[in-house]
Amino acid sequence: MANRQHGGGPEELLPAERPVRFLTDTGAAVRGRSRYPLPSPELLRRAYRAMVVGRRFDAQATALTKQGRLAVYPSSHGQEACQVGAVLALQDGDWFFPTYRESMALVTRGIEPTEVLALLRGDAHCGYDPHRHHVAPQCTPLATQTVHAAGLAYAERRKGSGRIALACVGDGATSEGDFHEALNFAAVFKAPVIFLVQNNQYAISVPLDRQTAAPSLAHKGVGYGIRSERVDGNDPVAVLAVLTAAAEHARSGHGPFLIEAHTYRLESHTNADDATRYRTDAEAEEWRRRDPIARLEAYLRRRGHLTDEDTAEAATAAEDFAARLRTAMNADPELAPLGMFDHVYDVPTPQLDEQRASLRSELEAEEALA
Amino acid sequence: MTTPSTTMAQALNSALRDALADDERVVVFGEDVGRLGGVFRITDGLTAEFGEDRCFDTPLAEAGIVGFAVGMAMGGFRPVIELQFDAFAYPAFEQIASHVAKMRNRTRGRVALPMVIRIPYAGGIGGVEHHCDSSEAYYAHTPGLKVVTPATAGDAYSLLREAIEDPDPVIFLEPKKLYWSKSQVALPARTEPFGRAAIRRRGADATLVAYGPTVPVALEAAEAAVEEGWDLEVVDLRTLVPFDDETVTASVRRTGRCVIVSEAAGFAGVGAEIAARVQERCFHSLHAPVLRVTGYDIPYPPPMLEQHHLPNVDRILDALDRLQRDDRPDPRFLSLGGAA
Repeated sequence: MANRQHGGGPEELLPAERPVRFLTDTGAAVRGRSRYPLPSPELLRRAYRAMVVGRRFDAQATALTKQGRLAVYPSSHGQEACQVGAVLALQDGDWFFPTYRESMALVTRGIEPTEVLALLRGDAHCGYDPHRHHVAPQCTPLATQTVHAAGLAYAERRKGSGRIALACVGDGATSEGDFHEALNFAAVFKAPVIFLVQNNQYAISVPLDRQTAAPSLAHKGVGYGIRSERVDGNDPVAVLAVLTAAAEHARSGHGPFLIEAHTYRLESHTNADDATRYRTDAEAEEWRRRDPIARLEAYLRRRGHLTDEDTAEAATAAEDFAARLRTAMNADPELAPLGMFDHVYDVPTPQLDEQRASLRSELEAEEALA
Repeated sequence: MTTPSTTMAQALNSALRDALADDERVVVFGEDVGRLGGVFRITDGLTAEFGEDRCFDTPLAEAGIVGFAVGMAMGGFRPVIELQFDAFAYPAFEQIASHVAKMRNRTRGRVALPMVIRIPYAGGIGGVEHHCDSSEAYYAHTPGLKVVTPATAGDAYSLLREAIEDPDPVIFLEPKKLYWSKSQVALPARTEPFGRAAIRRRGADATLVAYGPTVPVALEAAEAAVEEGWDLEVVDLRTLVPFDDETVTASVRRTGRCVIVSEAAGFAGVGAEIAARVQERCFHSLHAPVLRVTGYDIPYPPPMLEQHHLPNVDRILDALDRLQRDDRPDPRFLSLGGAA
C-alpha cells in the first residue's frame, strides 16, 4: 500500500522556472515549444464560450447581491481561465471539489445556476445533488475538502473506475494544515487527484508574501513527492494544456498533481469586502490587461478559429443565461422550516421528532394568527 | 457448557474481523493499526488476515485520516478509522464538526457518510498527559454524530457492528481502562440497538446513571450501598446519541432519586445534560435534587494523582448520603455560589 512514490530526483517534480505560458498578454503565441501539448481548437473554442457566459453569470450574481437577492457573493471575475479550465479538463464521471468561489466553474459543469447559488442566497447549504454531478458541496472551511478529494480519488483508484478528482483552493488555503495533509495522503496512497491552487494574490486582504516564504506555491508539492507545475492562470491555453496533462498523469496511475495558477480576482473578496483598503487600482489595471477572454479571443481569431459570428453567439448566450438567472432569482425561494429536521440522521432521533413537532405547533399558531 | 470469558479488546477485534469478512466495503485504517495491530491491539491480525487493502497504516495526521475517510465514504467505502487517543483526536475536530457531522444535512440527504471513528478515551490507566481525556461532550454536542460508548464486552461487539452498519457517522468511544475487563459472553453477540439504555442492576431507592468507564464503578457502589440500606438501580446509557430518555425517565420516576456518574469534568458536560433532562421529566417524582459525581473541572491530572480525580465508590456513597432521605437541605448548596 504505502508505496515509494517517486523513483527519480526532486528535479522531476519541480515546477518550471517560470509559469507556463502559451500566450502573451495580448494573445500572441509565445515562441518556442512547450513540454505540454497544445489543446485542440475545439476545446479552446468551448473554453472561450464558457468564459464569456461565465463572466456574464458572475456579473449578474454580483448585481443580484446588490439587489439583496444573494446574502453574499464571492466573485471569480478575472479568474475565468481557471474556473472554466478546471471543469473542461475533467470528464463527466470525474469529481470536482470546489470552494465557495467556484460558482462559475459549477455553472460551466452544467449545474443549474439557482442550485449553484442556493448556498449564497441562503435557502440551502448545497442546492445540487453532488452524486448526480460528481461535484462535492461548495466548501467554506479552507482546504478541508482537499483531503476529501484525496480520499475519494483513492476510493476510485481502489475500484478501478479510471475516475479522477480535482480540488480547488486559493493561495491562502495553502497555509492550512489540511492542504498539507491532503498532499501527503494523496502522494502516499497514489491517489489520482489534481490540486489546483488559484493564486489570486490575496487571501481577503493578506498578500502572498505573508502566506509563504516558499519560492512558489507549486514548490510545496515537491516535499510530498508530487509532480508540480505553475502556470499563467490568465492564459486559458496554458491552463488547459497543464490541466489536461495533469489529468492524464493522474488517470494513468502516476498519482497526484499540483498546479499553481497565477491569476487575480478583479472584484473584492465578496460584496462585503473593500479591496481599495489593501490594493491599488494600478495593480488591478495591470491584471486587467492580461484578461483571459481577450487573450484567447485574439489568439483564436488570429488562427481563424473564431469568427464574429462565434463571438456574437457567445454574447447572446451569455445575455440569455443572465436573463434566465435574473428571472429565476427574482422569485422568492420556497422555504420549508420543518425540513431543517430532515437529514440530521438517516432516521430522526425521538428528541428531533419532539423538536419538529414543537416548531410545527409554532408555525401553525403563526398561520392561525395571520 | 460454560459461556466463554471475553475481554472488551477481544470483542472489538472480533467485531472488526467479522465486519471485514461480511462487507467488502469495510476498510480499517489509522496510525499503527496495520502490522502492529494498534497500540491497544484492537486491530491485531486484521492486516494479515484481510490484506493491506482492507486494514492499513496511514501518515500520522488525524485531520488527514478523518478527511480521507470522508472521501472514501463518498466513494462507496465504509471506513472504520482509529484515532489513537482521545486528546490526539483534536486535530481532526474541524473535519468531524464541519464535515462528518454535517454532510448528510447540508446535502439534503444526498451524501451520507457511513463511517466509524474509534477513539480510545477516558482515564484510569496511568496514562501521561494528553492520553486520558473524556471528550464525549464535544461530540455529543455536535448534531449529526452518533456517540456510542460500551461498558461490556458484549456491547463492545454488538455496538461496533451496529456502528459499522449504520448509515450515519458514529463516534465510537472505547473506555481504555475496560479493554482488559472480562465479561461472560459468546461472540458474535447482538445486544440492544442504539438508543436503548440497559438496566444493569434493578433497584428501588435511587438510580445511578453511568456510561462507559463509570458503569463498573456504579455497579460496585451499588453493591457497597446495600450495607447502608440502599437498593440502587444502575442504568448504562450505552449510546449518548441517540439518548434514551425513556429508560432513564422511567427509572427515576420509579426510584425518585438520581445520581449521574461520569469521568468527564462536570461543568457543561454530558452529566449536566442528563441532570437537566431528568428534572424536566421527573420533577414531580423527585424526592431529592439530581446529583452528579464527575471528574473535577481541571485538566486531566498527572497519572499519580488520577485516583483523586476519578469518581469512585466512596464519592458515589457520599452523594447518596446527600440524597435527602430526611428532607434536610444539602449543606453543600447552602451558600449561593461555589461548591460542586
